[in-house]
Amino acid sequence: MTITLNNRIETFSPQEMSITQIMDEKSFHFKMLIVKLNGTLIPRESWPLTVVRDGDRLDIIHLVSGG
Amino acid sequence: MTIIQNITSHLSVKKAGIAGAGGLGSNVAAALVRSGVGHLVIADYDIVTKPNLNRQFFFADQEGQSKVDALRENLLHINPKADVEAHFCKITALNAGSLFGSCDVVIEAFDCADEKKWFAEWMIAHYPAKPLIMGSGIAGYGSPETLRVQRSGNLYICGDQRETNEKLVPLLAPRVIMVAMMQADLALELLLQEKPL
Repeated sequence: MTITLNNRIETFSPQEMSITQIMDEKSFHFKMLIVKLNGTLIPRESWPLTVVRDGDRLDIIHLVSGG
Repeated sequence: MTIIQNITSHLSVKKAGIAGAGGLGSNVAAALVRSGVGHLVIADYDIVTKPNLNRQFFFADQEGQSKVDALRENLLHINPKADVEAHFCKITALNAGSLFGSCDVVIEAFDCADEKKWFAEWMIAHYPAKPLIMGSGIAGYGSPETLRVQRSGNLYICGDQRETNEKLVPLLAPRVIMVAMMQADLALELLLQEKPL
């Protein structure tokens, strides 16, 4: 499947993946993340069960302390 | 009207919300007032201390004052006609709507990552159409080219988004202010979107 991940086109070999699988593959291992799939906020507890498909837009935002 | 007068007059009727008046919020506020944004709502529950002065828009004689009152005073020195609402309070689910509901754009300028996350989720849930400009990853110095903006619908994230050890990598004026200026510049972009030049 080909998706838009953080505004970049990325291709993964499986046809579908969970958000957690994509995070593992792309090494997103931070504590404080905001995840949006096709513009909808996805809470942490739903990441393992939420399926990402070809053409989807996934945004993974890392929030770091300091302001 | 000159182009700058046209921009200033367009911005004079706009309202920006700033959540937090530390390194990001205080500097964003100054840039927006200088640009001509007419109405600001600023909320913070902290007071000015000496270590703040290495990056925040406060002065040594303001130590001990609430950040929102000190900032309001400094902003009025730039433009005495600016309408600056200063709220000395913690932002919670109970007051966030009344503080920021009427703003054209909201700047997130908190310190802690968990507060940033709470606020982003609250704003997305309650005001999905309102632009929210966040800061994430502003510590240290050097490699300014790593600073960037991530756009995700109405959510904008300025900074390098890199985790650092706070004890080893301090917050310093140039990088903090650069990210604040990225937030302020994006705010102008959004506020001037429908403006015919």
